[in-house]
Amino acid sequence: MNVLFSFIITLVLVLIPVIGVGLLGLYSLFSIVIPYVAFLIFFFGLIYRIIDWARSPQPFKIPTTCGQQKSLPWIKHSRLESPFTMKEVCLRMFFEVFLFRSLFRNLRSDLVGKRLIYGSAKWLWLGAILFHLSFLVIMLRHLRFFTHPVPSLVDIIAKVDGFFHLGIPPIYHTDLFILAGLFLLLLRRLVDSKVKYLSHASDYFPLFLILGIVISGILMRTIFKVDVQAVKELAYGLATFSPVLPSHKIGVLFYIHLFLVSVLAAYFPFSKLVHMVGVFFSPTRNLPNNNRTERHINPWDYPVKYTTYCEWQEKFRDVMEEAGIPIDDEWCKETAEAQKQA
Amino acid sequence: MSKLPKPDELLSEVKLHDMPSNHWMDLKPEFKRGRYLYAVEPQVMEDLGRSHLGKWQPHDEKWPLPENWKEIVREAIKKRLERNRAFKLFMDICVRCGACADKCHFFLGTGDPKNMPVLRAELIRSIIKGEFSTFGKLFGRLSGGRPLTEDVIKEWFLYFYQCTECRRCSVFCPYGIDTAEVTIMMREILHELGIALDWAMKPLRNSHFIGNHLGLQPHTIKENIEYLLYDIEQITGVQIEVPINRKGAEILFVTPSADFFADPGIYTFMGYVLLFHHIGFDYTISTYASEGGNFGFFNSLEFAKKLHAKIYEEAKRLKVKWILGGECGHQWRVWHQYHNTFFGPFNYLEVPKSPITGTVFEHAKDNKIVHICEFTADIIAHGKLKLDPSRNDHLVVTFHDSCNTSRAMGIFEEPRFIIKNVCNNFVEMPENTIREKTFCCGSGSGLNADEFMDIRMRGGFPRANAVEYVHKEYGVNTLACICAIDRATLTPLMKYWVPEVAVSGVHELVGNALIMEGEKERTTDLRYRPLKGKEGEV
Repeated sequence: MNVLFSFIITLVLVLIPVIGVGLLGLYSLFSIVIPYVAFLIFFFGLIYRIIDWARSPQPFKIPTTCGQQKSLPWIKHSRLESPFTMKEVCLRMFFEVFLFRSLFRNLRSDLVGKRLIYGSAKWLWLGAILFHLSFLVIMLRHLRFFTHPVPSLVDIIAKVDGFFHLGIPPIYHTDLFILAGLFLLLLRRLVDSKVKYLSHASDYFPLFLILGIVISGILMRTIFKVDVQAVKELAYGLATFSPVLPSHKIGVLFYIHLFLVSVLAAYFPFSKLVHMVGVFFSPTRNLPNNNRTERHINPWDYPVKYTTYCEWQEKFRDVMEEAGIPIDDEWCKETAEAQKQA
Repeated sequence: MSKLPKPDELLSEVKLHDMPSNHWMDLKPEFKRGRYLYAVEPQVMEDLGRSHLGKWQPHDEKWPLPENWKEIVREAIKKRLERNRAFKLFMDICVRCGACADKCHFFLGTGDPKNMPVLRAELIRSIIKGEFSTFGKLFGRLSGGRPLTEDVIKEWFLYFYQCTECRRCSVFCPYGIDTAEVTIMMREILHELGIALDWAMKPLRNSHFIGNHLGLQPHTIKENIEYLLYDIEQITGVQIEVPINRKGAEILFVTPSADFFADPGIYTFMGYVLLFHHIGFDYTISTYASEGGNFGFFNSLEFAKKLHAKIYEEAKRLKVKWILGGECGHQWRVWHQYHNTFFGPFNYLEVPKSPITGTVFEHAKDNKIVHICEFTADIIAHGKLKLDPSRNDHLVVTFHDSCNTSRAMGIFEEPRFIIKNVCNNFVEMPENTIREKTFCCGSGSGLNADEFMDIRMRGGFPRANAVEYVHKEYGVNTLACICAIDRATLTPLMKYWVPEVAVSGVHELVGNALIMEGEKERTTDLRYRPLKGKEGEV
């Protein structure tokens, strides 16, 4: 049901530009208006989310410590798993964000008879890293459409990415990797009974959507080729805020690609996809484990009423005297006077 | 415990890879004997000035929720989303990758899908979507949203009191989503409705009014300590005094109150005071600040602050230089991660410096509190203790990393260093069950009530299973730990799953090994068990 729903929604999204551009010829709408609106939503939506998180206070310093704390000088502390300084926190975050270190720890647990057995389970990590890093490279590669002249870095990335000259025209490695990653992630959601059980339609939808984008992109390069020059004309115009419709026609496949990308952009800030930005705010990862060295301030901290020593002593005065536990009336006088002055 | 199924039968229906055919939103909360905790007695809430639902129990068909309960819940959620970034963020960014799914000890022991951390959080995430988000309202279940109903409240009660805030899931989450944070917020929200646990609230009331969770009055603490000192004299021949509420002592020592009173914590206490006597330590304990643990933390952060405020007033009153904390898990979660924020700055204290070795505890320079394992490890490293580890030769020891000291502090090496210096036989449990991946005792965060035994034995199963492994493989007979709740809960857990293994604190082992000045020849350990080779003399 969840899978089917997401798949159908994606299909409908594919059909929209087919009808809009292919049948009705709404070129300006699909090449200029929708992309701009989508990216406005993406941009301001994301900024809204970021401000919203940044504004909400983090009352306590609560890093999850996954390694030895810094304590005695002769005990080696884990800089990465129990960072003490901001530099070490940055290191931890780097490994977390770019290499998915926590995910790499993943284990599989099985109950065999009356015994729990743990095994390594790196598939999720593999799928995730294939998908995310390929996505990043592909985005960088796409800069060639939005820049003129194309920065040499983008050229180098594209060259490296096509190093093995697979097929004619050569297909980029990342195109294959991202497909592999997406299928792994999708397959895992369908095959692992636990993950299948806890998945919502909104968990399948981004996978189908991005698959749609990737597949339309690959098809455009390999089978149903589109006029790259025209695409660049349009993309460059959009990027430089002087949008023009390209002088040559571009195949409808391109409009499918562009529309799905627009949908992804608009959907991004309001879905679970914001994890991309959110991870940087995660208080269990981005705070140092130095609580006893550096005080963390809670902006909404307020004084609480507690049982003071004197209230307590009054209650137990008799038994204390009997047991020979010292009574301290001086302190009560002192605190009472201090309170009066305050 | 008599009603519990036998260990061989308890898990017979647990299938970790078979999920129910119904969507989880359609599974009604069920209150089965042994699997839920009792509701708080109204008087307890009255005494503490909190709202309550009168006399009721969770298994009642209709809960006596206040008329405007929905409004209260909505407001309570909103307030916490605004005031706590962790909560807000964790509600926003989960992608349901399922990395956490089989990391929770309660899931591993029950196979209940709502015990997968991701679904546990989804129990509230779905309400936030269903109540506050347009997307969620529009697409409902497809986007993971659902409406707030009375069943949801029942579900929250069941599952947020079936989480021990152990943070194991947070280790594996790619975004560090910490279910403990979610559970803390959710228990607060339930509190606002007047819903709380009897077992978690009565100790809180004791801590608040009397000073410790067991409700030990000052003279009782003194008497108990005297009993323990008498035992020490019987076993070692050494007479020891324990200073109580002594002004001008250099250091205030605060430990969980169970160490004064309850087996096996008392042996750990004997270890502490033997050590202090051995090194000629200038310290005092307090009968006012007589609880290192914090039952407030299991209920609401405000209570957590109320309870431990005593420690710092006491430090000021007694004019000590710094504070030493005993072996305890949640105690150190609160001490390490919350105290400095709650109670700082501490300019009336001094940067902790060991009077024995001169070591300055730089890492505690601002909060001025030191963990006893840090303190003892330092002394041993300086060779200042006379130790005879062979006095622990009758024990084969393994070490249980407590959740909180592991994942909310990172104290792994200190206790191991101590154990290795006071014991000859130390074995680690399998690597996926120790250190940051350690398993909870299954009863932490205020869940160790008798009526909850079924779930407790299940939740503790992953820990017990690892102990069973080293017991069979290496003959382990002692499970050492640095947590008072562990000492209280691992004991019945071992009795159920691995009855041959006893639970001990780390400083109990220190106490066994310490060669005291003027002591007689020891024939037993601190529990009157014969030492190896001395079996005939006892």
